[in-house]
Amino acid sequence: MRDIRKVMVTIETRNLEKTYRVGFWRAKPKVALRPLTLSVDHGEIFGYLGPNGAGKTTTLKLLMGLAEPSGGSFTILGGDITDPAIRAQIGFLPEQPYFYDYLTPLELLNYFAALSAVPAKERTRRIDATLKRVGLQEDAWTTQLRKFSKGMLQRVGLAQAIVHEPKLVVLDEPMSGLDPMGRREVRDLIEELHHEGRTVFFSTHILSDAEALCDRVAVLSRGELKGIGVVADLIGSVKGNVEIMWHGAQTVPTLRGLGLEVHTVGETARAVVPEAQVDKVIDALRAHQAKLIAVTPMRTTLEDYFLAKIGAPTEVAR
Amino acid sequence: MISRIRAIAFNTFREAIRDRVLYNLIVFAFLMIGASLLLGQITIGVERQLLINLGLTAISIFGVLIAIFIGIGLVSKEIDKRTLYTVLSRPVQRWEFIVGKYFGLVGTLVVNAGLMTLGFFVALLYLMHRLQPSDTSILAAIYFILLQFMMITAIALLLSSFSTPIESAVLTFAIFVVGSFSEDLRNFAEAAKGTTHYATLALSYLIPNFATMNYIAPVARGNPVPGSLILYNTLYGLLYAATAVCGASLIFQNRNLK
Repeated sequence: MRDIRKVMVTIETRNLEKTYRVGFWRAKPKVALRPLTLSVDHGEIFGYLGPNGAGKTTTLKLLMGLAEPSGGSFTILGGDITDPAIRAQIGFLPEQPYFYDYLTPLELLNYFAALSAVPAKERTRRIDATLKRVGLQEDAWTTQLRKFSKGMLQRVGLAQAIVHEPKLVVLDEPMSGLDPMGRREVRDLIEELHHEGRTVFFSTHILSDAEALCDRVAVLSRGELKGIGVVADLIGSVKGNVEIMWHGAQTVPTLRGLGLEVHTVGETARAVVPEAQVDKVIDALRAHQAKLIAVTPMRTTLEDYFLAKIGAPTEVAR
Repeated sequence: MISRIRAIAFNTFREAIRDRVLYNLIVFAFLMIGASLLLGQITIGVERQLLINLGLTAISIFGVLIAIFIGIGLVSKEIDKRTLYTVLSRPVQRWEFIVGKYFGLVGTLVVNAGLMTLGFFVALLYLMHRLQPSDTSILAAIYFILLQFMMITAIALLLSSFSTPIESAVLTFAIFVVGSFSEDLRNFAEAAKGTTHYATLALSYLIPNFATMNYIAPVARGNPVPGSLILYNTLYGLLYAATAVCGASLIFQNRNLK
């Protein structure tokens, strides 16, 4: 069983850590990542969550071979990141990417495709298809990147990460700087990559994106893994409270008398009620002839999980 | 490997030729050649000598400035702007990146020097009304200037791999100046005693000998360039540049990117 899982693992880290030396004479150690053990399975969308400065970018830099680990080890696609054959199968979008602004998107993608050994006769077709895929208007293809907005640059960044059709796509804050429409398009693109069987590992501090996209997430805080789990399991559990909405403000004094906090907007009222009190509240609403709009059990969100983990002691990762 | 180095070199070349600073320097160089033409016209008897001296010096000085100011930023700019991340996450070895950047800038310098040489010969033809067979020795002097560009670029690349751009620029320029007077340094080493003798002797061997590569004055006087000197300078220049590029690659290989 273990052997089968091993074949299916795309990223596996074992006690991976990074300490930088800072200050005069580089005498002072600064821990950027404490021993990190996690695995990302083939074909999943894995969200790497954490507040700013949590160590997400450091982890990605280690995984991409841009910085040397201080300890521990990792494998990517079953091999070593220093192996060019492995790197040819990875697409990477750094945080706040700054590309050669004297190039046009066509020139930039041609450069990166050449570096990734995409055959010359294949390049034009793939570049055109990729630029269309990330939603970059055709009239911008021959414009120098220095004239691009942040959102357009992010699209070009995504395009360079997938132009060589990699098996693993690693994205550092891919939604950063995008407007709501742009974010939606990036989310759709990540889902498309997922459906094509590619593994997507992305870092973010925008929890709604992670909740909408990810199969699994890991939460990192101050360089330390705080928790890891399947998103569906994390956000599904009932919290024991029920949200009730109704029309008819005349009921408010009675319900406040039951010790409930009631919020009203015009004639519409809303209260969060403990499960044990739900029947009593509904009876009271009926007695006052109020019109019931919704009764919704409250469930744990990824934000609840995230906030709980940020303050929680370390949990052992699988 | 070759295709990756070629792609990086071509991109570096494209960056340089789209940089306005480069054109400003080239315009200055052409102005210098033009000025030497004017000076040549108001001088009697030595107009050819003056034009060659000033013209080739302009090609050399402006080329060295381009080599230093673009050379020191070849790698540091890519680190500062984080353009390097996307390149090194590809199947590109770090040494391939360094070598590609190096060849890109050397290519730029060769094309620039080629253009300025063309401008210089047009000026020479205008002044003398015809070219002579002995003018081929001017090409040999320009070839030596190109070898200097290769060495300077390699030194700028090496120094910038472990120091700040400003430190690298100052140091590279200082090395160029000291290297241009390396014969004097060697004479001083011979005359010195004790530790000073060994220190200056070591320094004179460490710092590139640009004096032997500066053949502008003899060529201006109409002297031919010995074949043995061409061979010696070629071997020396290529070996020195290759060593410096290898050093830069080694340092860059183990560098953590911020």
